[in-house]
Amino acid sequence: MNFSEVFKLSSLLCKFSPDGKYLASCVQYRLVVRDANTLQVVQLYTCLDQIQHIEWSADSLFILCALYKRGLVQVWSLEQPEWHCKIDEGSAGLVASCWSPDGRHILNTTEFHLRITVWSLCTKSVSYIKYPKACQQGLAFTRDGRYLALAERRDCRDYVSIFVCSDWQLLRHFDTDTQDLAGIEWAPNGCVLAAWDSCLEYKVLLYSLDGRLLSTYCAYEWSLGIKSVAWSPSSQFLAVGSYDGKVRVLNHVTWKMITEFGHPATINNPKIVVYKEAEKSPPLELGRLAFLPPRAVAGPLSSPESKYEIAEVPVSLQTLKPAADRANPRIGVGALAFSPDNYFLATRNDNIPNAVWVWDVQKLRLFTVLEQLSAVRAFQWDPRQPRLAVCTGGSKVYLWSPAGCVSVQVPGEGDFQVLSLCWHLSGDSLALLGKDHFCLCFLETEEGVGTASGQRGDHT
Amino acid sequence: MGDWMTVTDSGLSSENKNISQYTSETKMSPSSLYSQQVLCSSIPLSKNVHSFFSAFCTEENIEQSIAYLDQELTTFGFPSLYEESKGKETKRELNIVAVLNCMNELLVLQRKNLLAQENVETQNLKLGSDMDHLQNCYAKLKEQLENSRREMIGLQERDRQLQCKNRNLHQLLKNEKDEVQKLQNIIASRATQYNHDMKRKEREYNKLKERLHQLVMNKKDKKIAMEVLNYVGRADGKRGSWRTGKTEARNEDEMYKILLNDYEYRQKQILMENAELKKVLQQMKKEMISLLSPQKQKPRERADDSTGTVISDVEEDAGELSRESMWDLSCETVREQLTNSIRKQWRILKSHVEKLDNQVSKVHLEGFSDEDMISRQDHEQETEKLELEIQHCKEMIKTQQQLLQQLATACDDDTTSLLRDCYLLEEKERLKEEWSLFKEQKKNFEKERRSFTEAAIRLGLERKAFEEERASWLKQQFLNMTTFDHQNSENVKLFSAFSGSSDRDNPTAHSRPRQKKPHSVSDGSPVCTSKLARSLPASPSTSDFCQTRSCVSEHSGSVSALNVTPEESRPSQAGRECADQKWSVASRPGSQEGCRSGCSLTYTNSHIEKDDLP
Repeated sequence: MNFSEVFKLSSLLCKFSPDGKYLASCVQYRLVVRDANTLQVVQLYTCLDQIQHIEWSADSLFILCALYKRGLVQVWSLEQPEWHCKIDEGSAGLVASCWSPDGRHILNTTEFHLRITVWSLCTKSVSYIKYPKACQQGLAFTRDGRYLALAERRDCRDYVSIFVCSDWQLLRHFDTDTQDLAGIEWAPNGCVLAAWDSCLEYKVLLYSLDGRLLSTYCAYEWSLGIKSVAWSPSSQFLAVGSYDGKVRVLNHVTWKMITEFGHPATINNPKIVVYKEAEKSPPLELGRLAFLPPRAVAGPLSSPESKYEIAEVPVSLQTLKPAADRANPRIGVGALAFSPDNYFLATRNDNIPNAVWVWDVQKLRLFTVLEQLSAVRAFQWDPRQPRLAVCTGGSKVYLWSPAGCVSVQVPGEGDFQVLSLCWHLSGDSLALLGKDHFCLCFLETEEGVGTASGQRGDHT
Repeated sequence: MGDWMTVTDSGLSSENKNISQYTSETKMSPSSLYSQQVLCSSIPLSKNVHSFFSAFCTEENIEQSIAYLDQELTTFGFPSLYEESKGKETKRELNIVAVLNCMNELLVLQRKNLLAQENVETQNLKLGSDMDHLQNCYAKLKEQLENSRREMIGLQERDRQLQCKNRNLHQLLKNEKDEVQKLQNIIASRATQYNHDMKRKEREYNKLKERLHQLVMNKKDKKIAMEVLNYVGRADGKRGSWRTGKTEARNEDEMYKILLNDYEYRQKQILMENAELKKVLQQMKKEMISLLSPQKQKPRERADDSTGTVISDVEEDAGELSRESMWDLSCETVREQLTNSIRKQWRILKSHVEKLDNQVSKVHLEGFSDEDMISRQDHEQETEKLELEIQHCKEMIKTQQQLLQQLATACDDDTTSLLRDCYLLEEKERLKEEWSLFKEQKKNFEKERRSFTEAAIRLGLERKAFEEERASWLKQQFLNMTTFDHQNSENVKLFSAFSGSSDRDNPTAHSRPRQKKPHSVSDGSPVCTSKLARSLPASPSTSDFCQTRSCVSEHSGSVSALNVTPEESRPSQAGRECADQKWSVASRPGSQEGCRSGCSLTYTNSHIEKDDLP
């Protein structure tokens, strides 16, 4: 495992291009595009103001930089550095901007969600979509980029419009039986749209592409409802995390629940491996750590190293007492992610913030629990294999795979706090994003993995 | 005395010394015997022996005391102290031997008494201690009783308290439930209120938004614009197409295509899954068959027909299924067969496994085989014993039954007579009723008989007249010698049968017309009808076809009714002749009514016989 040097970064804006060749990052008003392998600067663009959002076009040819404060979007071309485009939303303001899947249209949402403006880079044409709903996740493109589903609100009722992306024609328009639609999400196969209600009511609605209601699911009433939703990559399962600290998995045949994953604070089942992060008190006890950061790269360490220990079975996890009188209480399943091969589901229950739960989707049971020393900030699956990267806002990055679990100290001067991370397309490298810096972590190829798994033997 | 002896016997030998003591004493002074006796009987007086002694006998009153003692002793049944007087005049002599004997006897008696006393005393002591013990026990038990009573009261109290608590808890639960209900209602009302407010707010918000939209968008904001260096080509290299109806249709098409593809994909997957599952099932089945086939022999040998047949069924099924390549069959046809056969086999397998389990348990038991053998012998013995016992019991039962019968016959007289009286009374009542009924019937029968005899007489007259008529008619016919067909004669015969004149005519009459009449009617020959009209004065003279037919059918009915019993006519004749046979006469109308009346007839008959008895 190798780490790159540390680069500057602002607002956690760092993204790999969809083709994996480049890495775009922002420093204040500058956009830097680097080669993803060599980290050489390929291009450097200067925007008019602090960049608040960047996004690669699907063909990796353009990058849009949104400057919400100014209501501006600036688009840069990678092929033609001199090409530029600036979209000004004027007094209408700007709160969100994104590419259409074809990479030739930009969808800007004006302030107060008055409308969505669709700007074309090919023609002068501008389209407007009225009444977009201001919600968590009101805009969803299918994986193949053909269709856009948009949550709308008219006359106190929720609607969903499905547009054909090629010419922005309205294909379907239907109302959803929701109190307050909170989000929509296409299944990866683009045939089923999941829509869920706001947290006040537990309700999931499943619509076919042609607008038919396939099913409705409601687990309970009179309590805070859905907090997070995730489709499995095979479109076979829909995992719904809710405020009661459970994940309910619906199947794609009957759209009924097939299992319920609770997140108990104590784990009694001896079959479940609980990896507990522990501080490593006297340094350099080599045998216990599976992956050691290479000494060559490792600089002076500011925080003590840590390692994973396998906890003895009745494990009680640290729980957080949520403030009941505040809005958005820190309870319930706030993060869900299926592994790309569908075999695992990683979840985080917000009132047990230090733990990441990994569920075996094939056997529909808990597989592993990772308990960190501090609250889990983010986790993401390797796009190529069942490998989970976790960060907790400390100077370490944690990797889990079915074979084992490691904690890796990020080398660097000062305190490099990993707040977020994102995988490269190939799964070979991982961008670790801190408040002001970012670095890349290159993971070992085959031979490195071999030694790692060899070392894992003394873990288990 | 006997009792005394038994009580004291045991003590006798042990007290020998004492006896010798006493005897020596007696030797010393014969007069002390009495005092000793007194002494023994009243121990507290022992101190005053001398005073007593001096008081009873002195030198002067020896004679008197001897006499007194003799008297006393004789009254107690001892032999007299005096010798038998040989002469009247001679003074009776004191018989020393007798005195000594008496004394000895007295001493022995004394000893016995002492022993008895001792025994009684010990017994008394024993009883006293027993009494004490029992009293203790009693006290203890009383205490226990008290304790348990107290405990019970305590428990009852606790029970009551618990019940109270329970009631309270129930109440609390109810209250809580009510509370929950209330809270739910509140939540619901709040929710509706919230929704209402939200809607209101949202409307306002929408209005504002609309307003803002107008303000912002309609100003022709110069700023809202896009500056592009040059437009880029589309990603797919095509030019943008115009929006037309065609594109819309195309979009729809594409959408459905996508959906279809998805469904097809899913169907394919499901099919594959099905195929896999079928394969697995088939394999399982084959394995099961192969596994079960060696077992198959055994059950057949054991004549265990049920499993054997099932297995053969399974085999057949398997053959069928393997012959048809089952994957290609549609689900519905294969599924049932397959699942059924699998189920069957599974059952067999299960039973087989159970059998194996049993065998295993048997094997386990064989560890105790020796004991088992012994127990078997024991078992046989036991069974023999039991059989013997059963026989005994059977005999017992027989004897008991016999005894019972005897008893029953013995105790018949008074109890059963009463019962019988009851029965008799009841029966008498019934019989009386029946008797009256029978009398009525008899009266009826008599009436009927009279009418019948009258009818018979009339019939006889009519017959005579008819006979004459026939004779004249025959004569005429004979004279005429016309070409009359056979039918006619038949009809004639029939009419003769109607009149009921001759017995020998009857069978033919009522058998033939039934065959022939329909025929004649179907012929519809006017001849027939005309003949009918002519020959039967009572028959309708109209030659209407229907009427004749109905008439014929009527006739046939009446004929058959008349001829059901050929012997009917016989009694009618006999009834005229012998009035004694009233029952047979009475049976005639009865038979007409049906067999029920016949039954009743016999019934009444029997009753009459019974009635005659008393």
